[in-house]
Amino acid sequence: MKQIKIDPITRLEGHGKIDIFLNDEGEVANCYLQIPELRGFEQFAVGRPVEEMARITTRICGVCPEAHHMAAAKATDDVYKVKIPSAGRKLRELLYNTFFTADHTVHFYALGGPDFVVGPDAPPAERNLLGVIKKVGLEIGGKVIGLRARCQEIIQTLGGKKIHQVTAIPGGVSRGINEEERKKFEEYAKYMVDFGQFTFKLFEDVVLKNSQYVDLILNGPYTQKTYYMGLVDENNKSNFYDGKVRVVDPDGNEFCKYSPSEYLDNIAEHTEQWSYLKYPYLKKIGWKGFVDGRDSGVYQATPLSRLNASDGMPTPLAQAEYEKYYKTLTEDGSGKKPVHHTLATHWARIIELQCAAERAMELIKDPEITSPDYRILPTETPHEGIGIVEAPRGTLTHHYVTDEKGIVTKANLIVGTTNNHAAISMSIKRAAMGLIKKGAEVTEGTLNKIEMAFRAYDPCFGCATHTLPGQMPLELNIRDKNGNIIQRVKHNI
Amino acid sequence: MKPKLALYWASSCGGCEIAVVDIEEKILDVADFFDIVFWPCVMDFKYKDVEAMPDGDITICLFNGAIRTSENEYLAKLLRAKSKVLVAFGSCAQEGCIPGLANFYDKNSIFEFVYKNSPSVDEQSKGIYPVPITHMPEGEIEIPEFWNTVKTLDQVVEVDYYIPGCPPQSFQILNAVGAVIDILKNGKPLPPKGTVLGAGDKTCCDECPRERKEKKIKRFYRPQEIIPDPNECLLDQGIMCVGPATRSGCDALCVKANIGCRGCYGAPPNVTDQGAKMVAALSSVIDAQTPEEARKIMETLADPLGTFYRFSMASSILKRVQPKTRPDSSGK
Ligand code: SF4
Ligand code: SF4
Ligand SMILES: [Fe+2]
Repeated sequence: MKQIKIDPITRLEGHGKIDIFLNDEGEVANCYLQIPELRGFEQFAVGRPVEEMARITTRICGVCPEAHHMAAAKATDDVYKVKIPSAGRKLRELLYNTFFTADHTVHFYALGGPDFVVGPDAPPAERNLLGVIKKVGLEIGGKVIGLRARCQEIIQTLGGKKIHQVTAIPGGVSRGINEEERKKFEEYAKYMVDFGQFTFKLFEDVVLKNSQYVDLILNGPYTQKTYYMGLVDENNKSNFYDGKVRVVDPDGNEFCKYSPSEYLDNIAEHTEQWSYLKYPYLKKIGWKGFVDGRDSGVYQATPLSRLNASDGMPTPLAQAEYEKYYKTLTEDGSGKKPVHHTLATHWARIIELQCAAERAMELIKDPEITSPDYRILPTETPHEGIGIVEAPRGTLTHHYVTDEKGIVTKANLIVGTTNNHAAISMSIKRAAMGLIKKGAEVTEGTLNKIEMAFRAYDPCFGCATHTLPGQMPLELNIRDKNGNIIQRVKHNI
Repeated sequence: MKPKLALYWASSCGGCEIAVVDIEEKILDVADFFDIVFWPCVMDFKYKDVEAMPDGDITICLFNGAIRTSENEYLAKLLRAKSKVLVAFGSCAQEGCIPGLANFYDKNSIFEFVYKNSPSVDEQSKGIYPVPITHMPEGEIEIPEFWNTVKTLDQVVEVDYYIPGCPPQSFQILNAVGAVIDILKNGKPLPPKGTVLGAGDKTCCDECPRERKEKKIKRFYRPQEIIPDPNECLLDQGIMCVGPATRSGCDALCVKANIGCRGCYGAPPNVTDQGAKMVAALSSVIDAQTPEEARKIMETLADPLGTFYRFSMASSILKRVQPKTRPDSSGK
């Protein structure tokens, strides 16, 4: 039996690891994705004042601290059963949508997008933002940096810090914005909305007009039929900050729709002794192993699944693209949901980017956004609360129980990427089986195409292992039966 | 020949790396002045390339993240040997940061919750704990051992300088790197060992725009219990703020957003224990005539230990709270 080991650098460093075992015929026998680290946030939350959770759980991940900040703040509001004032909610939502815009931009331009823009067979050294600039022009680099700088400034103002925000507290937020700031941010929001349009155009020109890429999306070894999860508003439109969790089955029909308080009736976690990260699944279906289909509780929580789980986008430009997306990706052009093609996640991601930017614009134009009534003091005795937001990489659940003084006695977290742990493992296996052929040498390009299955999820094992998504240095060893390395390839995944 | 720069992350959240990237186009100046020889988060390098370097070959290494696995420790020792100057970059490397709060507990209690008592773990999985080596039908797969204790970089190797913050603010990273470039370019002497770079030499209060009168207080308020006056010192209003026990450098970001400082820039100059310093600072503001009265006022303060040592638990004189269960034999 041959073993292909995709490992972050030769010595295991703690950032994720993929083992691909080949049988004697040189075909894939099995794949294991292992997450080698754990930090115990749930345990050391115990004893902390619950309002501090929004400042503590940010340190789970420096890539998406905003998501933990918001999920924690919402759970804490719920602990105190306080309904935050409308202006406070809008300020939080503005911060959150700005974060979504920035985060999806980084993934599309620097991490996942280069596979398409530069090409899946390009050398790894070129599959990055610099490669994108080389291919489509310097102007793009400037635009991306400009977008990020503007978003970071809004985040620092609203959140107190660019990284590891501090302002969301039980009952609202600790600071508002004045008219001067609002005006400036309206300019920024316009830049963000235009940037979304620009990104659609780029995607159209580079990906959709290239039949080879479209074929790869539709017919490559990247399709799996699972349940899909996403947060929706009262009209079943996608929402990142608030709403109910809606799950659709592999045929696109609603399977369930639950409030944060019902998450334990709907989600359970399976564990394996060979990975520190657990495998959430739909409790009412059950854990049936690493398989897809209607009888398996495995689900996905990604941009692709959020689109599948919703009846549309709440903003016009994103909605127009949403319609085009389903029309293009269904064989008969009927637009019937769901889409099962993992690589379409990249397209779904920029639809969300556009939606977040438009939503930020709506909020910044809202006269209430400069209102000083952004917080109230909670009055109820604290007890238990659950907060759910969509993190860019999946539905994020924070659950706290406290004593009557609001000191945490129990904390349970189901983190974005973790939702997709089983689905990612299955995608890698499927891609490996489709791409590694008997007797043929495993090339750089083959490996990259396997990694593309992984990369589509934008896995922030950051939340578990703290890698910058997409910047995971991996080494891949192919071993013979005796464990000798006969081929070695190394990548940034 | 250009001076050589290495950047490494051990157990960290990635925020330090993003703070470096956030210096934006200035990163090009850094890349211009230095030869970047090792930065696994951004570029392809192998450990063996570092292993092959002569000792002291790297001019300066910025090391972020705490030490919590054998892998982290190996890299800390390796980079120490290969670097002339080793810098503990960010709160995790300097003082253990928030992940250091895990030292309130140990491996067993963490496993017990995550894999057994967590309300979402299913019945069949309860009590299945991860193990380093598993034999699968196809072969052996492996994950590293989880340690009992979070350690700071200088608990494992000798450290030359510190850059504090969670994360260090980008303008301070630029200040620190600018100072280093100036020293190297102009042949200036290195600052004394142990110097804190990229920060001030006063306390957070010094950068805070609020007016502090050291008022006496009768009770503490939690953030959700009071709407603070925008111009008065938070502590004067009874709102917990670790500003007096925190080094200046961040530009008082949190207090400017109406939220108390939690001390991520570490202890101020000449203070070894941030928590002890905060206790001293509080003793001068608590309005009590008797020890009994003082105790009552202190009782209104939620989680003093986890607040005063929010970022410095792993480096404090306490080091760790006595574990609630017997430490695992493999625990370091
Ligand atoms: S205690 Fe806090 S609020 Fe008061 S002056 Fe110091 S930093 Fe500012
Ligand atoms: S105010 Fe305190 S906690 Fe906030 S960034 Fe500055 S040093 Fe860190
Ligand atoms: Fe993350």
